[in-house]
Amino acid sequence: MVGMADSEPSSKCEVTKRHDPPMTSLPNGGPSKRQRETASRTRKTLRRRRATNAFMVGVLALSAVLATIPLILILYHLLKSGLSSVNVDFFTNTPKPPGETGGGMYNAIVGTLMLVAMASVIGMPVGIGAGLYLAERKGTKLANTVRFLADVLNGLPSIVMGIFAWEFLVKPIGHFSALAGAAALAAMMVPMVTRTTEEMVSLVPTSLREAALALGYSRARTAMTVVLRTATAGIVTGALVAVARIAGETAPLLFTALGNQFTSYALNKPIAALPLQIFNYAVSPYDDWHAQAWAGALVLIALVLIISLAARAATRGRIDLGAD
Amino acid sequence: MTDTARAVTTIGPPAGTAGPGTLGILQARQFSFWYGEKQALFDIDLDIHARSITAFIGPSGCGKSTFLRSINRLNETILNTRHAGEILLDGTNIYESGTDVVALRQRAGMVFQRWNCFPKSIYDNIAFGPRINGESNRAVLDGIVENALRRAVLWDEVKDRLRQSATGLSGGQQQRLCIARALANDPELLLLDEPCSALDPIATQRIEELLVELKRELTVVIVTHNLQQAARVSDRTAFFFVGQLVEYAPTGQLFTSPQHERTEAYVTGRFG
Repeated sequence: MVGMADSEPSSKCEVTKRHDPPMTSLPNGGPSKRQRETASRTRKTLRRRRATNAFMVGVLALSAVLATIPLILILYHLLKSGLSSVNVDFFTNTPKPPGETGGGMYNAIVGTLMLVAMASVIGMPVGIGAGLYLAERKGTKLANTVRFLADVLNGLPSIVMGIFAWEFLVKPIGHFSALAGAAALAAMMVPMVTRTTEEMVSLVPTSLREAALALGYSRARTAMTVVLRTATAGIVTGALVAVARIAGETAPLLFTALGNQFTSYALNKPIAALPLQIFNYAVSPYDDWHAQAWAGALVLIALVLIISLAARAATRGRIDLGAD
Repeated sequence: MTDTARAVTTIGPPAGTAGPGTLGILQARQFSFWYGEKQALFDIDLDIHARSITAFIGPSGCGKSTFLRSINRLNETILNTRHAGEILLDGTNIYESGTDVVALRQRAGMVFQRWNCFPKSIYDNIAFGPRINGESNRAVLDGIVENALRRAVLWDEVKDRLRQSATGLSGGQQQRLCIARALANDPELLLLDEPCSALDPIATQRIEELLVELKRELTVVIVTHNLQQAARVSDRTAFFFVGQLVEYAPTGQLFTSPQHERTEAYVTGRFG
C-alpha cells in the first residue's frame, strides 16, 4: 500500500475512497446516545475496577505466600536443629540408653518402612477395588452408602483409628504388634485410596468403556482392563499421596505398634516407627534425644517429600484420554 | 411398514438360507424403552433385512440411537432403564432371560459417533476382541488383524505402523480402525451411530464406500443426521420422530414419495 502510494498517488486516492469511507459518513451518524452514555460510564468506573482488581490479586498472592510459610519455617528449623545429628550412625545404629551420646534410629526407619509396606499391601487393593466399584456402579445404593462411609472414615481422627485397632486386634491377641499397627494404618489408607481411585476412574471417558462392552467384554472385565489401565497413572498418584500421609501418622501407632527401642523384624511384636520415636524423644528430658528427634523429623519429612515427588512424576500424563 | 411386518408371518430365518445364527435378520416387536420415567421408544415394529444397509433418520432425541443401542443391549449399562417388547436376532429374542449379552455384543458390532480407539497400538486395538475370545495364537491373531484391516480398507495405510499408537491416526483413519476392530469379532450385524458426523467429506466418502462393500457380508444399520448420506448408502430408511417409528420404506421410496406428512416435511428440510 505504501509502495503503491509512492508511485501512484492518484490511484491511492481512488482506493481510499472506495474501501475506507470516513467515520462521519456512517449511515446512522455515529454512536447512538445510549452508546455514548455507556462509554462515559465505563470510563468513570474503569479506574475503580482496575484498582479493585489489583487489590484482589494482591490479597490472593499474599494468601498463596502465607500458605507456604509454615512449610518454609518447618524446613528451616528442622535443617537447623536436626541436620547436625543426621549422619551414618543415625541410619545404621539403634538408640543408646539415656546418658550415652550417639546412637541412631535404624530401628525406627526399618519399622516405618515395614509398617507402611504392610499397610499398603493391605490397604491399596481394597481401596482401589472399592474406588473402582464406586465409579463403575455410580448411583447404586451400595455405592452411595460406601461413598458416604468412606468420607466419614476419611474425616475420622487418627487417634480413634488407633483405639479401634487396639480394641479389635491388640486386646484379643493380648499384646502390641507390628501387624496391628499396619492394620490401623491400612484402615486410614483405604478411604483415601478409594476416593482418589473413584475420581480417577470417573475421568475415563464412557466411550472407551462402551467400546470394550460393544466388543463383548463383560462389565467386570472392562473395568479391570480398559478402565483401570487408562486410569493407572492417576490411581498410582493417589495411592502414593496416601502412603505419604500414613508414613507420618503417630496416633494410630500409639496403641498398636507401641514402639520399640530395639530393631525388630517380627510382625507379631511391637515395632519402632519414626513418628513414635520422634514423639518419645521429644518429650524426654535429654538434650541428646531432642537433637535425635529433630533429625528423625527431618528424615521423615524427606521421606514424605520423596514419595510426593514420585507421585508428581506419576501424575505426568495423569490420564490418557485415548482419542486426541 | 405394516406390509413388511405382515410379510414375515413366521419368526425365524427364511427357508433356503445358510442356516440360523449367521444371517443378521433383525426384527423388533412392540419394542419400547424408558430412561427412568421418560419413555424414549414407543412400540417399535421393524424388520431389518439381512445383508443390506438400513438407515435411521430423524431429529435429535427421537430415539434412533436408543433403538440402535438396544440392539446390542448397550443401553442396559445405563442406570434406571427398562424396556418392553422384543428384539429378535435371527429369530431369537435377545432380551430373553439367559441370553448371553457378551455373546450378543460379539455378534452385533458397534461403531460410535466419536471414534474411541483404545490408547494402545493399532494391532492391539484390532486384537482386543479376538483376544477376549481366547485367541492367543500369534499367527492366527496376525491373520485376523490383517483381514479386519483389509476389510476396513485401512491395511495399506497402517501396515507399516501396526505397533504404533492408534491415537496417532487421523480422525477418519481412527473411525475406520474402529470399524475394523468391530469386524475382527466377525459380527453378523454392524451398528453405526452417526459414524461420519465428525469427519470431513473425503473421510465420510471412504466410510460410505466401505459400508456398501461390507453389506455383501453382513447387515448394516446406520444412524445418521445426514439425509444425503442415508439416500446415498442405504437400501431402506426408517424415519423416527419423538420415539415413534413414523415410516419405514425402501430408501428411494421414502425420499421421493413419503407416505406421511411428517416424513415429507423432514426429508424436504421443512423441519428438523
